[in-house]
Amino acid sequence: MLTITDLHASVGDKPILKGLTLDVPAGEIHAIMGPNGAGKSTLANVLGGKPGYEVTGGSVMFRGQDLFALEPHERAAAGLFLGFQYPVEIPGVSNVQFLREALNAQRRSRDEAPLTGGEFLKLAKDKAGLLKMDMEMLKRQVNVGFSGGEKKRAEMVQMGILDPAFAVLDETDSGLDIDALRIVGAGINAIMRSPDKAVLLITHYQRLLDVVRPDKVSILAGGRIVETGGPELALRLEAEGYDSVMA
Amino acid sequence: MAEAATLTLPTRRDEAWRYADMDAVARLGVVALDQWQTITVAAGESVTRCMIVGSDAPELHRFRVSLGEGAKAAFFVTNRGDDYTRVELEVRLAQGAHFEFGGVTIGGGAATREFVTQVIHAEPEATSNQTVRAVHWGTGTGNFLGEIKVARHAQKTDAAQDFKALLLEAGASANAVPQLEIFADDVKCAHGATVGELDEAARFYMMARGVDPATAQRLLVQAFIGDAFVSLDDEAERETLLDAALSALEGAQL
Repeated sequence: MLTITDLHASVGDKPILKGLTLDVPAGEIHAIMGPNGAGKSTLANVLGGKPGYEVTGGSVMFRGQDLFALEPHERAAAGLFLGFQYPVEIPGVSNVQFLREALNAQRRSRDEAPLTGGEFLKLAKDKAGLLKMDMEMLKRQVNVGFSGGEKKRAEMVQMGILDPAFAVLDETDSGLDIDALRIVGAGINAIMRSPDKAVLLITHYQRLLDVVRPDKVSILAGGRIVETGGPELALRLEAEGYDSVMA
Repeated sequence: MAEAATLTLPTRRDEAWRYADMDAVARLGVVALDQWQTITVAAGESVTRCMIVGSDAPELHRFRVSLGEGAKAAFFVTNRGDDYTRVELEVRLAQGAHFEFGGVTIGGGAATREFVTQVIHAEPEATSNQTVRAVHWGTGTGNFLGEIKVARHAQKTDAAQDFKALLLEAGASANAVPQLEIFADDVKCAHGATVGELDEAARFYMMARGVDPATAQRLLVQAFIGDAFVSLDDEAERETLLDAALSALEGAQL
């Protein structure tokens, strides 16, 4: 579903990704782990198309299309979801208004009929329930006044509503307490665990992987994938640390 | 018309005309410049005015508003002229009166749109609140010149003024001129002014969720200017003012 080949990317003049190759087929949850500064967030931002990240080489094919030929909103409409490490606050815009605009924009670009207000609210209520989030929170301004954990839960509610084929989740577990981690993990399973979907799960810790069991685990270091294995690789990392596993 | 001959055009040296488009002022002419609408609100009464101003010719709208004891006046204006468009409000408040102003200037091209207010707290315990938002592109300009005068015995005055500008392109500009003249000692007078650009992080966040760039911009502008009309209770009027402002944005090639 997502094929990354020899990807090079820079932030400013600084090369961060240096020949990253990775294939994530449909049905797979693929965890990416790695030390600080390895390029994990850069990978997520490059896939999402964030301004300021320059692709200097290589390619990414997403569902048969050249991902880099698409604008960020077109990538979303093509089925890509980027879960932000730091979700952005948007004062003056409610979650409901924002997500309905987003969903209907995606639907229009796929020649699907937009949802009515009532249909949308029903869907939003359903997905908010999945993440144990009160509908009242969805009526509030986007992420404004939300705690770190609430922001991450709201990200997953957004993912549930938009129902992407592929999710890149950038440290969705950071800032979550144990209970919230279980809720978010269960949300990822419920929304994304499917033979025709896939997830790139960027994380520092094993604890999320206890809930969202990855099919594969890759270690990203120095801007490249240095090792790929099964779930046991994450356990080895947790026990022994990056230095010993990568040595 | 003989009387008009004695009138003269203002100049940039007049503080209240400092950022005006003087060519457009000359085109308006001295007679138009002397036209004032007078609004008197009796004690305890209240008046709300909603206006959409601006066209492809210069416009000047001048109001003299006098508020009796405990009276209330609220003005909400969308100023979206394609040529020089100026709204002036001279407001005099008696004891316990309240003046509310929400204004939006929006537009590109090379035009200047401005609000010029003079709020006189002549008696104690009156309150005023002014919220102005400016959104410009091209080489468009938005100005807010707000003067607040508090008389010596107008104790317990509470006056606030807030201006924020959003410049969507590098050539656009905004000017804020708050002027506070306070002779009483037991008063609250607040003013603030900021000029900024569109929140690119918020725009990318929206795009990452599938919202196209033009819609993202519209939503962010709508949120930004919404502040000016929050105290307008009539939802239909509020929508009309917002729609008028946002439709000006739709014609923009950004």
